[in-house]
Amino acid sequence: MSIATIAPGHESEHRGTPQGWRRWLFSTNHKDIGTLYLVVSLIMLFLGGAMSMLIRAELFMPGIQLLEPDFFNNLVTNHALILVFGAVMPAAAGMGNWMIPMMIGAPDMALPRMNNMSFWFLVAAAVMLVVSMTVPFLPGGGTMVNTGWTLYPPLSVQVGMSMDFLIFTVHLLGISSILASINIIVTILNCRAPGMTLMKMPIFCWSWLITAFLLILIMPPFAGGVTMLLFDRHFGTSFFNAAGGGDPVLFQHLFWFFGHPEVYVLLLPSMGILAHIIPTFSRKPLFGYHSTVGAMVAVGAMGMLVWAHHQYTIGMSLAAVTYFMIATILISIPVGLMVFNYIATMWRGAMTFETPMLFAVGIILMFSFGGLTGVMLATVPGDIQYHDSYFVVAHFHYALIAGALLGLYAGTFFWLPKWTGHMYDEKLGKIFFWMVIIGHNLTFFPQHFLGLAGMPRRVVDYNVMFTEFNMISSIGAFIFGASHLLFLYIIVKTVRGGAKPSEKVWEGASGLEWTLPSPPPFHTFTTPPAIK
Amino acid sequence: MMLLGLAGFTQAEYGINFPEPVTPSARDIYHIHMLTMTIAAVLLVIVFGIVSYSLYTHRKSRGYVPDQNMHKGWFGRWSWVVIPVLVLGVDMTIAGSAEKVLERLWLVPKDKDMMEVKVTGHQWWWEYEYLDQEVKVESRFVPQEKAGDLYLLEVDNPLVLPTNTKIRFLHTSADVNHSFWVPQLGFKKDAIAGYITETWAVIDKDKEGVYRGQCAELCGTWHARMPIVVQAVSPEKFTAWVAEQKTRIAAAAAEASSGKVWSKDDLMEKGRNLYNKNCAACHQLDGKGLPPAFPPLVAGAAFSAAENMSKPLEERGFLKDGKIVLGPVPKHVDIVLNGIPGTTMQAWKQLDNLEIAAIVTYERNAFNNNTGDVVQFADIEKARGANAAAAAR
Repeated sequence: MSIATIAPGHESEHRGTPQGWRRWLFSTNHKDIGTLYLVVSLIMLFLGGAMSMLIRAELFMPGIQLLEPDFFNNLVTNHALILVFGAVMPAAAGMGNWMIPMMIGAPDMALPRMNNMSFWFLVAAAVMLVVSMTVPFLPGGGTMVNTGWTLYPPLSVQVGMSMDFLIFTVHLLGISSILASINIIVTILNCRAPGMTLMKMPIFCWSWLITAFLLILIMPPFAGGVTMLLFDRHFGTSFFNAAGGGDPVLFQHLFWFFGHPEVYVLLLPSMGILAHIIPTFSRKPLFGYHSTVGAMVAVGAMGMLVWAHHQYTIGMSLAAVTYFMIATILISIPVGLMVFNYIATMWRGAMTFETPMLFAVGIILMFSFGGLTGVMLATVPGDIQYHDSYFVVAHFHYALIAGALLGLYAGTFFWLPKWTGHMYDEKLGKIFFWMVIIGHNLTFFPQHFLGLAGMPRRVVDYNVMFTEFNMISSIGAFIFGASHLLFLYIIVKTVRGGAKPSEKVWEGASGLEWTLPSPPPFHTFTTPPAIK
Repeated sequence: MMLLGLAGFTQAEYGINFPEPVTPSARDIYHIHMLTMTIAAVLLVIVFGIVSYSLYTHRKSRGYVPDQNMHKGWFGRWSWVVIPVLVLGVDMTIAGSAEKVLERLWLVPKDKDMMEVKVTGHQWWWEYEYLDQEVKVESRFVPQEKAGDLYLLEVDNPLVLPTNTKIRFLHTSADVNHSFWVPQLGFKKDAIAGYITETWAVIDKDKEGVYRGQCAELCGTWHARMPIVVQAVSPEKFTAWVAEQKTRIAAAAAEASSGKVWSKDDLMEKGRNLYNKNCAACHQLDGKGLPPAFPPLVAGAAFSAAENMSKPLEERGFLKDGKIVLGPVPKHVDIVLNGIPGTTMQAWKQLDNLEIAAIVTYERNAFNNNTGDVVQFADIEKARGANAAAAAR
């Protein structure tokens, strides 16, 4: 691949780079909006992470030491919502904003003003979420949301006005996600440089294209579900109230019709990032480009059809649980193929282990583990025991921390030199990696045992028989939490200065984004590059 | 690797695997669990092995030259078929064996003579109704002082079940979703208001004993305090237990309906026990509640809450200028009997007249309320009569 020149476009000649707060508030530049997304996600990561520290501190010992039970339930709820909607999704959106135009040789996102709008809707949602958390502390503020992120009625109907703010938060998040998704789809389908066919497109763009379609499909039913909840709460409807002829289980279906594909929304962009990192540090092209794309499409499609495996215990018919079991187990095929392709890319490569590659290897191993416990959970007989126990907590943290969060960390280290024009401190990066791996495994591996021994999830207090593993888990969590202070330090340090990388940054890097200077100028590819 | 090591354990000291199953279906589940876990462990070892070998061998520092054409060979061209077929084989093994167990587990036998137990989840206790024996048991967690090391796994009244008997469980909820889970019986079923779902079990003949579990679905503030204790006894002992329960119920009913006028001290004594059992989870032993969700019962205590809670309290005369006051006795009885719709305060109709009289008397005189009010059996009977009349209209 080669490009002609990086000619400054007309626009930048006319206007130059906007300065001051206007640059950010009114931004229509994909790089700036990408940065905004990343900053917000970092803030939310620390907020959601701090909540998990409180949760693990409370669970360090049996007995209730620190938190009122409802505040504990509230933290459990918001920890999930903040990290899913506030940290992982915006971080993936930020990286998508930064990288997609540069990867496909486009000057910007297709709909720059909508890009701005979808970002600020996210900020509005974040504010609304914080209001939802604060309002119970004010006089007359009602009770806290104590339902878990699943918001199941009738419990969610009992909650005070805090729940209403949460419902509006979901609406705003939905608008934000749908706008961002439309933008990404339009950009990818219309703005690729001449010669870049879909099947030549970098995998990260593919992963985001599929993610964006998923989001557009799943956010509306969820928004509908919470709106019905709002009506049940205030306007006397009985969508979910059995006494009025409604059905509490209907909400569960609406929630998980959104909630399960949401898992793949979190997962796919990170898997896309791995498809860039592993070839770069193995110095060898991605093994099975076509089958990786196919596997991602299949994961997205099948992910839409298996939602009720979160509800095996509600009393579905034998036919229904059989279908959902088999369909869920079959997802292991595309996921397995994807992981296989990544391992095959490493095989007979010439690997070096900079921080992004370390994360990639860690992800492959830990995500495989999370995937395998996922197959165990997919079997209905097994799940009848595992369901809502700590085994599930352990499983989905392996799947989501390894599969989603660490992929974003890998992407951060991979692209930070490109974004900032400074190399990060490799030694600190490696220390961070090992702290994360040790902390994560120490936290979540013992939780499998807790679940099998009978500890239900979302309990504020537990019997003494669960003490030892909870202590280990909490210690692991504190290591995991502390490592993030280092992460923040590394990022701040890199933004402020550091060795200047070349355009390519990494020896084995390939792709249009690596032909641009580090950091790239405000406007790039105003003249489309030629793709060989 | 660590998982393989686990496969040998059944119930180690700290409990790292399922406790020993005591029903045939729990044993079936256990076997599926061990099968899938073993497959998972083997696959994990394979993945770790391949990756470790590659990490060691295929590195630049060892001078390894990357094979740029690997994806173009036959393996590169056909791996997208080979890998899915292999994975499909593993999937079929797992799904096939799970499917067989699933049918036995899922289809509840339709025998006419099956014993039936209705399990109702409440915030935050379990109600067990033996439909054939016409016995009802209320089961609540026991505070730490009494439960000791069994805290959160111990209840006042266990679910007594006969061994070697086919039992059908009917699950439902009186309020929010709960989930009935006793690992050793081998199933978990959600309790959902408006639904009645069924499960079944036969406890092995030689497995008399106590089996413990907990509510598994987040059900609000005291989700952690909904233990389930199953006491499995021989059918003979079970029959004896049922007879004992019936005597107890008859005695209580006779006492409650005797129309006797009770002294304040007796009512206070009775009321304290009932309050601590039924009300203290929310309103606390000292009556101070957990604002804003659960109002205090102490006159003069400050309380502010959202409108759905504060307004009904004001209307009934129990909240004035942000302070709790003791409203009129009939309204007090009404709140306990019928609850406050739209809030967490549930109706306590299921208690008998004497019990409600005792609770109201206790609440009006304990916590330094000292109103001197004494509420009798007859007052409650009257209140219920008014209810019935209202319902008839």
